[in-house]
Amino acid sequence: MLSLLWLVPALPFAGFLALALFGRRMGAFAAAVGTGSVGLSALFALAVAAGFISSPPPARIYTQSLWDWINVGGFKPGILLYLDSLSLVMVLVVTVVGFLIHLYSAEFMEADDGYSRFFAYMNLFVGSMLVLVLAGNLLLLYLGWEGVGLCSYLLIGFWYRQPENGAAAIKAFVVTRIGDTALAIGLFFLFLNLGTLDIQKMMNMAALRWQAGSAYPEIAAALILGGALGKSAQLPLQTWLPDAMAGPTPVSALIHAATMVTAGVYLIARTNVIFTMAPAVQFAVAVIGAATLLLSAASALVQHDIKRVLAYSTISQIGYMFLALGVGAWSAAIFHLMTHAFFKALLFLGAGAVISGLDGEHDIFKMGGLRRQMPVAFWCFLTGACSLAALPLVTAGFYSKGLILFSAWQSRRAGFWLWAAGIAGALLTSIYIFRLVFIVFFGKPKTAVVKKPGPRIVIPLVALAFLSIVGGFVNMPAFFGVKDVFSRFLESVFPVPPQAASLPETELLLETVSAIVSLAGVYVAYFFFLAAPEYSEEMARTAPGRALGKFWFSGWGFDWLYEKALVSPYRWFARANRNDAVDLIYSFIAAASRFFHYGLSLSQTGKVRFYAAVLALGAVITITIAVLAR
Amino acid sequence: MEGVFYMAAAVAVISTALVIVQMNVVHALLYLILSLLSAAVIFVTLGAPFVAALEVIIYAGAIMILFVFVIMMLNLGTQSAGMERQWMRAGMWAGPAVLALLLLADVIYMLAVSPRVSGYAAKAAGPREVGIALFGPYLIGVELASVLLLAGLVGSFHLGRSVRQRLPEEGEAGGGEGD
Amino acid sequence: MAAVPMEHVFVLAWVLFITGLVGVLVRRNLLFILMSVEIMLNASGLAFIAAGFKWGQPDGQVMFIFILAMAAAEVSVGLALVLLAYRQFRSLDADQASRMRG
Repeated sequence: MLSLLWLVPALPFAGFLALALFGRRMGAFAAAVGTGSVGLSALFALAVAAGFISSPPPARIYTQSLWDWINVGGFKPGILLYLDSLSLVMVLVVTVVGFLIHLYSAEFMEADDGYSRFFAYMNLFVGSMLVLVLAGNLLLLYLGWEGVGLCSYLLIGFWYRQPENGAAAIKAFVVTRIGDTALAIGLFFLFLNLGTLDIQKMMNMAALRWQAGSAYPEIAAALILGGALGKSAQLPLQTWLPDAMAGPTPVSALIHAATMVTAGVYLIARTNVIFTMAPAVQFAVAVIGAATLLLSAASALVQHDIKRVLAYSTISQIGYMFLALGVGAWSAAIFHLMTHAFFKALLFLGAGAVISGLDGEHDIFKMGGLRRQMPVAFWCFLTGACSLAALPLVTAGFYSKGLILFSAWQSRRAGFWLWAAGIAGALLTSIYIFRLVFIVFFGKPKTAVVKKPGPRIVIPLVALAFLSIVGGFVNMPAFFGVKDVFSRFLESVFPVPPQAASLPETELLLETVSAIVSLAGVYVAYFFFLAAPEYSEEMARTAPGRALGKFWFSGWGFDWLYEKALVSPYRWFARANRNDAVDLIYSFIAAASRFFHYGLSLSQTGKVRFYAAVLALGAVITITIAVLAR
Repeated sequence: MEGVFYMAAAVAVISTALVIVQMNVVHALLYLILSLLSAAVIFVTLGAPFVAALEVIIYAGAIMILFVFVIMMLNLGTQSAGMERQWMRAGMWAGPAVLALLLLADVIYMLAVSPRVSGYAAKAAGPREVGIALFGPYLIGVELASVLLLAGLVGSFHLGRSVRQRLPEEGEAGGGEGD
Repeated sequence: MAAVPMEHVFVLAWVLFITGLVGVLVRRNLLFILMSVEIMLNASGLAFIAAGFKWGQPDGQVMFIFILAMAAAEVSVGLALVLLAYRQFRSLDADQASRMRG
């Protein structure tokens, strides 16, 4: 069973090749190829998972070496697939969610000109993402990392005829490039100091050679963190994600919510040994996560565009994952990654159904009362919203977020403050997502519904809604008396958290607090946006309310800041250096040779006597020099 | 012997100077032959009678005869002498004069600084020594000279022949093969 | 014999050589240019002879013989070219044969 592993990334790549080469002639069949390849890949992934769980390989690690990629003087990264429980979880998330989103896209993108192109890009993305999560060495991981970045760029700018979409794509590409560069430098650094990029060997070497808390692991961890920040849209590189909503909605669901943006989380979890040895950087991860989740949750509160709300929400939820990574709760981070993939994909797909139902309307204030008109979309969206808001007991988000908050509380460094940030973020989360629900699905209808979702949209929605509910039951808190299956499953990859043995009573208390907070958030949203919207409108009209709203709306002014601090000076520099100062040297050489060429061609008179005279002159000068220099 | 040398030198200088100022080619050629003959005399005074003979036979004889042939074939009339006069302008002499003065300065400097060797080697080198040297250390040079002559022969033959082929209406082809 | 100072012979060679050089530079007629070249070759041959005589060596005379051979080859090719040029341009003006400037 496990030997089928190579088929999992290979099938989407095969689909990509088929679509890229023959997609134009396929017509509607392109969707079958695109969806089918990912679906088969998901089936194989399930088979591999079944094999992995029923008869675990030794040390719960299965590697499959396909071929040697490069072999240069001791540097020998192979095309090496590496399967352990962490990558298995990621593979399942990527293929299953990817398949559902492909199925959804088959209907969602039906009327689009670039139907086969879309599926080609999506297949390429799924393949690259699988390479990323299955890579046995960091170089292959980097290949997948760049592959998903490329696909993200291509898909954000999918509707390239509008210039602003292209601009958003370029912005996403350039901003993530900053992080990628840091990651590349990190790879060089690791190879230079540890002599290998093979993840398993590297972790062992790091544990052997480096002392915890010394400069080496701190630098390495900081560089890897740089890459993760760019990819996962965390402070200070978060500005690209809201603009990335220019892409089609399934893209936002797959790439910018469920999988690619969580690659940073995966990377940090994968290199957890180094981060454990770098306490300062690990604490920075937690602080960045806490700050990001608060800032973007506040921004999500004031957005008008339904997709931008979800984008800020994604940044915020990844902030939770970073918080979990920062406090050493690796499996909690991955658990939240998984549940977030389910419910955020669900929310995006639900939003996509609404958007296409209203003929491309993105503004939530022009929606309303869709509860009756689009019941399926409403119930599914509501499920996702409940899961995101972590409504107690029935939703996946409740369990994953509760675990993160519990881990943060236990953290030795600033535990209470991290927990407080998390709980405040939970309140904001609950408010902004139910604000969305109440504005979009309740109240009076404002725009007519032109299109009802068909079966290929409904099936993924229902499936994801189902997963958003039951996805949390795999890892229940200790006080329920149920085994925490998921954490145990990941135990072979991650070190056991330092304070594993904690009082169940504390956990119960914390869970209760977060349950109350999320319910309170729902009520606040209900009060301000449905029951008495005049209060919220009045609040927004006051001067501080207006200023704060504007500030939050612009994402805390980061775009403005970067525009002033980086983009404008760079533009100025580019303009000032329009003629390329360095190039002047070379153009001078060219000009000089041209000058001498003209000068010399003047001497080509064609007159024999002139030549003879010059010859004689040269001879005389030579003789004179020879005589005088004797 | 000294008197002979200086007289021959004076003849050589004067006749050579006349060569380059003549308007008529044939006259110039005659002065050139005179110059070469006086050079042969100088060779004799310098103890090189073999070379003097070669000078007379080959230079003043064969090579000059070639010139005569060509001049006859070109059949230059009187108008060409007029044209020569027209071409000769005073300004043209300035550049060469400067060059000549520079070279004079070089020669004077060389003669001034070079160590003076009193007297001459006792014996002049006769034909025998020349022949031994020629076919001893200079054998390669002799071979190269023969190759050069062959090349000259082939080259001039080719030039003459190609004229005939390129311009058939021009009629007979001429010299160049007279080596 | 042999009382002539070497310097005098060299000055003579120089005068002859310069005369030839001036002829090459001043005359426009191809035939005169060729003749002037002959003068220059002869002058350099004279210098070789004088030097050989000064050191009592046959090498100077050997060099003169080489110069002679070279002059013969040069004159034969040169005169063929003169004929060709005359056919081409109907003139012996060296300055007129400047059409192939590139």
